[in-house]
Amino acid sequence: MTDVDLIVIGAGPAGMSAAAVAARSGLRVLMLDEQPQAGGQIYRNVAQNQGRRSWLGTAYAQGAGLVEALEHPNIELLSGATVWKVDKGPRVTWSRGGASQTSSAAHVLLATGAQERPVPFPGWTLPGVMPAGAAQILMKTAGMLPQNAVLAGSGPLLYLVAAQMIDAGCAPQALVETQTTRGLLGAMRHLPRAMFGAATLLKGLGLIAKIRRAGVPRYTAASDFRATAERNGDIRFSFRVAAEARSLNCGLLLTHQGVVPGTHITRAAGIAHSWNKDQGAYQPECDRWGATNQPGLHIAGDGAGIGGAEAAAAAGELTALNILRQLGKCDADARDQRAASPRAALFRARAIRPFLDAAYAPPAEFHAPADDTIVCRCEEVSAGAVRQAIGEGPHGHRQIKTSLRCGMGPCQGRMCDATLRGLLSAEAKGNHPITPPRARSPIKPIALGEMAALSLIKEDPA
Amino acid sequence: MSVASRFRTLPDTGDCVQFYLDDLPVTAPAGVTLAAALLAHSGDWTRQTAQGAPRTAFCMMGICFDCLVEVDGTPNTQACMTPVREGMVVRRQLGLRSLNGGEHD
Repeated sequence: MTDVDLIVIGAGPAGMSAAAVAARSGLRVLMLDEQPQAGGQIYRNVAQNQGRRSWLGTAYAQGAGLVEALEHPNIELLSGATVWKVDKGPRVTWSRGGASQTSSAAHVLLATGAQERPVPFPGWTLPGVMPAGAAQILMKTAGMLPQNAVLAGSGPLLYLVAAQMIDAGCAPQALVETQTTRGLLGAMRHLPRAMFGAATLLKGLGLIAKIRRAGVPRYTAASDFRATAERNGDIRFSFRVAAEARSLNCGLLLTHQGVVPGTHITRAAGIAHSWNKDQGAYQPECDRWGATNQPGLHIAGDGAGIGGAEAAAAAGELTALNILRQLGKCDADARDQRAASPRAALFRARAIRPFLDAAYAPPAEFHAPADDTIVCRCEEVSAGAVRQAIGEGPHGHRQIKTSLRCGMGPCQGRMCDATLRGLLSAEAKGNHPITPPRARSPIKPIALGEMAALSLIKEDPA
Repeated sequence: MSVASRFRTLPDTGDCVQFYLDDLPVTAPAGVTLAAALLAHSGDWTRQTAQGAPRTAFCMMGICFDCLVEVDGTPNTQACMTPVREGMVVRRQLGLRSLNGGEHD
């Protein structure tokens, strides 16, 4: 007998919509979320911001509906719960308030979403350099507005953050964008398909128009990022546009090169992963309902491949419907009938992705950065050291890790795995396929005492 | 901590709490994370690496571990995952932690 019918890990759009569908059909749902409030990163603090901070926009405010739907007697939401282990069974172990515990369920939905792709360049570790999404989290959760900031990189989020900053009265000093006219032209072949998501495209064009109206200078096709610290703590940001060297002095350098699935939990759970070359990231393999090769484990949302919030909410609904069928709450016909609407929403939301992926693909300098760039922030390993190690023979994540400690710090590779793969694929000799790095539990650091207090739990003989 | 904050905090946040950073009192809006409170207070580092490089909160979502500080005697606490509380005693970390607690050797 299991503790609940369904454990949902992650209270972003995918997890929230799945939990609501499952609970309304009578399933007992346990929801575990690492943050203090439901919403995920995209709708972070959305319930608390109702009626204020309107500069975050209407698309953000709409997330409040998903959070409200969690108010259901069949849903128990535990916020501040960090899952660090998912076992066969399935069983889930999490840490909350300094103590860990384990629950079992017939089904587990991994809806842990995405992280920003690391943007490594010389100086990206300095105080004053931050991901644009991190600054947006500060705007959403603490009403903190970036002062004298430069936004640098590429991707839709860069425009959204710029527009939110303009509406909040703290327009960025400049946008330094890496995408090129050539890249945009190359992406045009995906435009016909993207027309199914025309509303999203129009929203993007509206953001760019807002940035233009606000008079924010835009540099495009920028390269050779480098940051140094001034005596007063300001950041001196230098880059190139065409052959010309430029530099800007700013209080904050906010970088962005898109988002990638966070795969520590899915890799540690033994789910198969494959390389998505269009999105330049590993993603877990699942069928059209989010079911994986591990019994009882399902995935929905950006953690299964980047599609955005609307795609995530639709995918969460589809996965919940499939779980309802597997638990005998409905037959396949009823499932398919109810799936028609979210399936159509998913199609529309995904239609624009090939265009975005091609137009805003990260340039090579962030996949395989200059030698004097820190690759592993935790263990302070440079790209030069990784290149030298690769030159001596290693051709996989594991060998680099054991020879340089790259990826062995507390972030467990979340900040360097992508760059390490970029360097391996650019530099490694021979034709060895690069396999995803291993991830093991605990997938987040926890205190030894907390783990020891869990000793009543029987381990799998495997 | 001579570097001014890189952020302007809106006055919409309501109640305030007071915590201690390296023995000095700091005021922060109630309900925000410790990392947000530290960034609102100063743009300077909150941790130095083993090699002495300055770092501060970076990802704000619990994945990069650059915001590690000592909180009420517990070292290596993620400031971005910790709500700021009245009377909290926070210390910046220099270098690596030793195994026996919050003191660096």
